[in-house]
Amino acid sequence: MVEKSIEEINRRIKEDNVNVVTAEEMAGIVGELGAKEAAKEVDVVTTGTFGAMCSSGVWLNFGHSEPPMKMNKVFLNGVEAYSGVAAVDAFIGAGQLSETEGFDYGGAHVIEDLIRGKSIDLHATSYGTDCYPRKTLDTTLNIYDLNQAIMINPRNGYQKYNVATNGINRTIYTYMGSLLPNYGNVTYSGAGVLSPLSNDPDYQTIGVGTPIFLGGAKGHIIGEGTQHSPETNFGTLMLRGDLKDMSADYIRAANFHEYGTSLYVGMGIPIPILNEQLAQSTAVTDKDVVTNVLDYGVPSRDRPVIRKVNYEELRSGSIEINGKDTPTSSMSSFKKSREIAEELKKWVAAGDFFVNTPSQRLPAKATCKPMRQTTRNPLVQDIMAKDVVVIDENATFHEAAKMIMENTFSHLPVVSEDGKLVGIVTAWDISKAVAETGCNYVKDIMTKKVLTSNATDPIDIAARNLDMKEVSAMPVIDKDRYVIGIITSNDISKLFARRR
Amino acid sequence: MMIKISISSNVIGEPILAESIIETRTALNISQAHFDSTYGEIIAEVETDDFKAIRKALESKGAEVTVLDHPIVRDEEECVECGACISVCPGHVFSFDEEWGIVQDIEKCIQCGTCIKMCPHRALSLEK
Ligand code: SF4
Ligand code: SF4
Repeated sequence: MVEKSIEEINRRIKEDNVNVVTAEEMAGIVGELGAKEAAKEVDVVTTGTFGAMCSSGVWLNFGHSEPPMKMNKVFLNGVEAYSGVAAVDAFIGAGQLSETEGFDYGGAHVIEDLIRGKSIDLHATSYGTDCYPRKTLDTTLNIYDLNQAIMINPRNGYQKYNVATNGINRTIYTYMGSLLPNYGNVTYSGAGVLSPLSNDPDYQTIGVGTPIFLGGAKGHIIGEGTQHSPETNFGTLMLRGDLKDMSADYIRAANFHEYGTSLYVGMGIPIPILNEQLAQSTAVTDKDVVTNVLDYGVPSRDRPVIRKVNYEELRSGSIEINGKDTPTSSMSSFKKSREIAEELKKWVAAGDFFVNTPSQRLPAKATCKPMRQTTRNPLVQDIMAKDVVVIDENATFHEAAKMIMENTFSHLPVVSEDGKLVGIVTAWDISKAVAETGCNYVKDIMTKKVLTSNATDPIDIAARNLDMKEVSAMPVIDKDRYVIGIITSNDISKLFARRR
Repeated sequence: MMIKISISSNVIGEPILAESIIETRTALNISQAHFDSTYGEIIAEVETDDFKAIRKALESKGAEVTVLDHPIVRDEEECVECGACISVCPGHVFSFDEEWGIVQDIEKCIQCGTCIKMCPHRALSLEK
């Protein structure tokens, strides 16, 4: 049995004879020497990851103004920061969007601009108190003007992440990037072989107080991250670091098209090799890290699993989905992850960075629960009009016009002889038909590609479909395509107005 | 070189492309084609020497020919070499090198703009 102590390793770091390698190199070393010899040889293994971490933000302290103010609402370059704490503290979150620029600029950009030393416009308002009389404030400041700028990532270092693809027939834009229709591509995130938690999956050395590389500076693990779920191999970490010491090489704002902003965060953890077991776990390869490919085309919390896949397959450039070779894209940067593991290796080798024993172990048993919802999701069937009037495709458009006049609907689902949905006509189609010659029957003027809904779809999904396709009503059909109702954007807006 | 051939509705029913190819005996390597009842668009590669002849033939039959000479530009400062752009590009312009850096073969770019929406770091553009 090889056993080393933290003190022994730190002594070697100090005495300049520590043997530190990256997790990528470690896989080769263990392969060659075996875990026992590798544990004797190697003292520290460094890991690294560089990817989108929406769950990031920075606590800022602005100092007090004269006269002083209890900031109630705070905006930095037009991006709201949370200030429901003490008078001049605020938390700027990476995903908060600018009030004026929307998707183009968000909290992540404020954070990157701060690191780059750029000036930031601060706007704050308040209600005024005896101790804090000031009500509004506008000033311009940069990172050096702040007392503190402390990055806190409530959830970082995901052990691995779900892989995304899309089974529906349009491109969808997600936090996993653009997903092309009909399983046209696959996107993934995570550093595989270099992923910190995959290298110490039992949390033997990674715990509260572990020193880490964060954004180019020294930071610490302050606990398990939110949604920490080690039992399903989806462990996460909560991190802290000083933004003032960070570099834009390792912290970058990102924009995901039609999704929002996020922050790319570079993070690396050194793992002291205390025993053979750690040597073995740090020998993990891309092949050993297995995850699920999910269909993001299904707008549900429980997305269907298409297949299992490991990081070696993902990084080969394509994987097979339903018998088809499908190209893969990484959303995180392996090159940067490597750079981080190398940089951390240099710090340790140079005697600048020591390892320690966690002051508290992280929970190894925990899972992440879904939300408890106390109100039932309204479904299409709850608000659809059930007394829907349909028209036969062989009716004339005069008959259709009459029907629309007699009823208050502006949409008429069109059915075939056997009663199944084949199209839809609107008052607008009919007026067009009047203007043109040659179309006499409903089947000539109807729209054949009808957007439909199921009675048991959640209203939010129906609403989004109507929005995306810019239509104002959808027939509700059963599994045999019989029309059982109609749902309009008007009904939905009324419901949402009530829900507010 | 890459060219874009646009065919508008008034001539869409006619075999413009086939006729032009036969007439000029030019090889067109078609990489993308889109047709519906109102509009047609073809992206193809053609030998530089043959370009003039095929353009003349196509234009005389009512098609519009544009040279795609402003391929994608990648801002290396903004790019973090993630590789997100790789899987969405119909031209297979981007790939990883051995060190997991991004390399591009811009000759293959058909200027569709798909990668611009994909890039999380706004590093790509089709500026002229
Ligand atoms: S998606 Fe953007 S940042 Fe990522 S490799 Fe391509 S150009 Fe670079
Ligand atoms: S514009 Fe982008 S996605 Fe389209 S071909 Fe060029 S490089 Fe590929």
